[in-house]
Amino acid sequence: MPILFYISSLVAILATIMVITRYHPIHALLYLIVSFMAIAVTFLSMGAPFAAALEVIIYAGAIMVLFIFVVMMLNLGKQTAQQEKEWLQPRVWLWPSVLTLVLLAEMIVLLLRPSPTDMPAVAVDARQISLSLYGEYIIAVELVGFLLMTGIVGAAHIGKQRKKSLHRFLQTTTT
Amino acid sequence: MAPIHAHTVLVVAAILFVLGLAGVLTRKNILFMLLSVEIMLNSAGLAFVAAGARWQQPDGQIMYLFILAMAAAEVSVALALVVQIHHQRKSLDIDQLKELKD
Amino acid sequence: MQQYLYLIPALPLAGFLVLSLAGRYLSRNFIAGIGAGSICISALITILLSARFLQSPPETGAYTQVLWHWFSVEGLVSNISLRVDSLSLVFICIITFIGALIHIYSIAFMREDRDYARFFASMNLFVCAMLMLVMADNLVLLYLGWEGVGLCSYLLIGFWYETPGNYRAANKAFVITRIGDTAMIIGLFLLFKELGTLYIPDVLARATQHFSSGADGVTLIAILLLCGGMGKSAQLPLQTWLPDAMAGPSPVSALIHAATMVTAGVYLIARMHTIFELSPVAMQITAIVGAVTLFVAGCSAMVQTDIKRILAYSTISQIGYMFLALGVGAWSAGIFHFFTHAFFKALLFLAAGAVIETLHHEHNIFKMGGLRKTMPVIFWTFTIGAAALAALPLVTAGFFSKDQILWYAWSAGGGHPVLWALALAGAFITALYSTRLILVVFWGEMKTTPGHLPSRVMTVPLVILAFFSVAAGWIEWPHNILHVDLFSEEVQHVLPATVLKEGLPAEIVFQLIAVVVSLIGIYSGYSLYYGQSPLLQQWKQSPTVMSVRDFFFSGWRFDQLYDALIVRPFLFITRINKSDISDKLYTAIANVSMLLNRQFSVTQNGSLRWYVTGVLIGILFIITLQLLL
Repeated sequence: MPILFYISSLVAILATIMVITRYHPIHALLYLIVSFMAIAVTFLSMGAPFAAALEVIIYAGAIMVLFIFVVMMLNLGKQTAQQEKEWLQPRVWLWPSVLTLVLLAEMIVLLLRPSPTDMPAVAVDARQISLSLYGEYIIAVELVGFLLMTGIVGAAHIGKQRKKSLHRFLQTTTT
Repeated sequence: MAPIHAHTVLVVAAILFVLGLAGVLTRKNILFMLLSVEIMLNSAGLAFVAAGARWQQPDGQIMYLFILAMAAAEVSVALALVVQIHHQRKSLDIDQLKELKD
Repeated sequence: MQQYLYLIPALPLAGFLVLSLAGRYLSRNFIAGIGAGSICISALITILLSARFLQSPPETGAYTQVLWHWFSVEGLVSNISLRVDSLSLVFICIITFIGALIHIYSIAFMREDRDYARFFASMNLFVCAMLMLVMADNLVLLYLGWEGVGLCSYLLIGFWYETPGNYRAANKAFVITRIGDTAMIIGLFLLFKELGTLYIPDVLARATQHFSSGADGVTLIAILLLCGGMGKSAQLPLQTWLPDAMAGPSPVSALIHAATMVTAGVYLIARMHTIFELSPVAMQITAIVGAVTLFVAGCSAMVQTDIKRILAYSTISQIGYMFLALGVGAWSAGIFHFFTHAFFKALLFLAAGAVIETLHHEHNIFKMGGLRKTMPVIFWTFTIGAAALAALPLVTAGFFSKDQILWYAWSAGGGHPVLWALALAGAFITALYSTRLILVVFWGEMKTTPGHLPSRVMTVPLVILAFFSVAAGWIEWPHNILHVDLFSEEVQHVLPATVLKEGLPAEIVFQLIAVVVSLIGIYSGYSLYYGQSPLLQQWKQSPTVMSVRDFFFSGWRFDQLYDALIVRPFLFITRINKSDISDKLYTAIANVSMLLNRQFSVTQNGSLRWYVTGVLIGILFIITLQLLL
């Protein structure tokens, strides 16, 4: 399924370019979802169906929904888009683009140095993954559990709506 | 049907990564920067999955799984921060958050 | 007895520690009890020890006690250990006995002072340091005591540090003695380099084998040690600190002049006598320094008006006699003069302190007068002290010791007629100013009304000292009059006997000359200062005499000389080098660091994108390196 791979990766790259150039947050988010979907297809074409499913469900589904919630909650609409337009002047993006292009060129050179190897198109299915995950990676799984737990607690703590407050270290200097 | 080269996938991942990096560097809005960070994390995941597929091992996908979990935690905390910053400053301009300046 | 040796310096040290640590919580009576009591017990132990020593001398000639091992470096083994032979014994007796009397006197004298505990703490430490100096069995420990004495003199001269000028006097004393100390420590280094030991008996034993007589090395060492002695003992040209040291309280002056500090130089030379004997040049220099000093200081004492300054110059002059005696090789005579001088000089200072205290801190003798009737005890004791200073024949201790020195100044191995003439002139001057002091202070009309008279605590030590000022001389009579020489017999175990020249007139001739000269001195003092002498009035009119008087009054202008020669050029150099050149280097380093800090802190601008750019550039750098290599 190389054709599938090439098409989907092209879509992913184009969608990503659209993401970083959009002014309106919702547009950018929608393009990002497209990009994630395309990457899910590339996973499929590489024989990783489980990863593709996770990509769609968690990335495109859960995480992007979080973003959309926030955008809605903060009511970021036309005004933000206008501001983004003002901020994205050529002199702002020119130098970063040059630098990142140089980085890309160097990475591609590095990647293409050894002779290309083919990938066997045999799928690694969910069974293998779960056996390995709950076998040798069991400790890592538990650690990830901790991480998610702290993420929840941290988000709940930080996200609490409080009166405007500053840390005591910053109070004397700024207010 | 010619199989996919492993390098091709990695090049795609590199392109995505660089695009994300460019996004982080150019955007001033915190929300867009977070999106760009997501792109970069995703491209790293893509590289892991490609490596796993190359060797026919599940480890690549497991790493992807961990990245995913990490991204989820990171996004939840970061979005809470965004909400808080917007609440306190009525702005998402990263250049206004300079209290750590020397 | 030997095992209690350590108590002699340890008790004053304990007193110092208690008073300095807990002094502010103690009552005045308790402070006085500890301060004076510690020294008194030391003195008692010393008296018992010396009685034992005289009864049955130890076989080695010395009591020794090794307390603990201090350090050993590269062949230099230094112990905290005590060694008391007859020379040390003389010094310990004087230090503890007179020190104890001075402490008792101070109980009353310092009664009103705010820093009672600080005073007694410093005094105790002073005595302790001096005892360490004379009891040390190696030169390193001796040097420890030596420096301790310097430190305590600094603390006590500047005791009333709130009065302007006193701290200056303290600094002066410290800096000038330091010049001598530096010379001395260099001498000790050389001694160690040459002989490989600083243990005193070994040094003395090895010196005779190692050096030939008059060798350059031993001369250099002897001169350097002499410089150390000159600094501490206020001999020319390092004598200028002593008159200023009168800024301290009177008991301190008594302690410095009689028992401690200034006699350290005498002790050092007597202790190192073998080194000095090996170098005739150094001996000659010692004698010349002593002779010149006694004359110069005597002239200055003649015209001073401050009662304590008169006594200070007279101390310099008397120590000059001791140096002269040591220099001509009359070792025991020098030590004997130290012995007698300690009594009458302590007496004079304490009595002068009592006079000053009674007259509301009046120092000028011409504002005193007529005190004979109001303060009879002080008058009599002071007169006995002054008579001893003037060497009144046969009845005072000063006569016996000074007479010996005068004789030896010519007749001893290193003697010379010029030295004798200077010493004789000094004797005349001493008699003159002693008479002047008595007449001006105690006769004539009363110019200042006395306050409350000194208490018994102050007068009893004076009486004891007065007794010894008379009696101390009787243990050593001139050979031709009475065959009593208890002192020199004892000291001769340690110090070599005096070599006499041949073919000189009989001793009695010298003695008669000396007696006549001191009597003439007393008579001329009497004729000048008793009542209104026309000659004195005439002199006061004459500009020549007055300019000579001013010259003497300023201490032969030594202070001005040093000021012009050393102090001013030094200040000039410091002014040039005000912004220290070597400091520039360090400030430059600091400035460069601060500049870099400012430059780098620009990068810490709080902008997240800037940081990300930094990371990106870093990645690019690393990858480029990997590509190129």
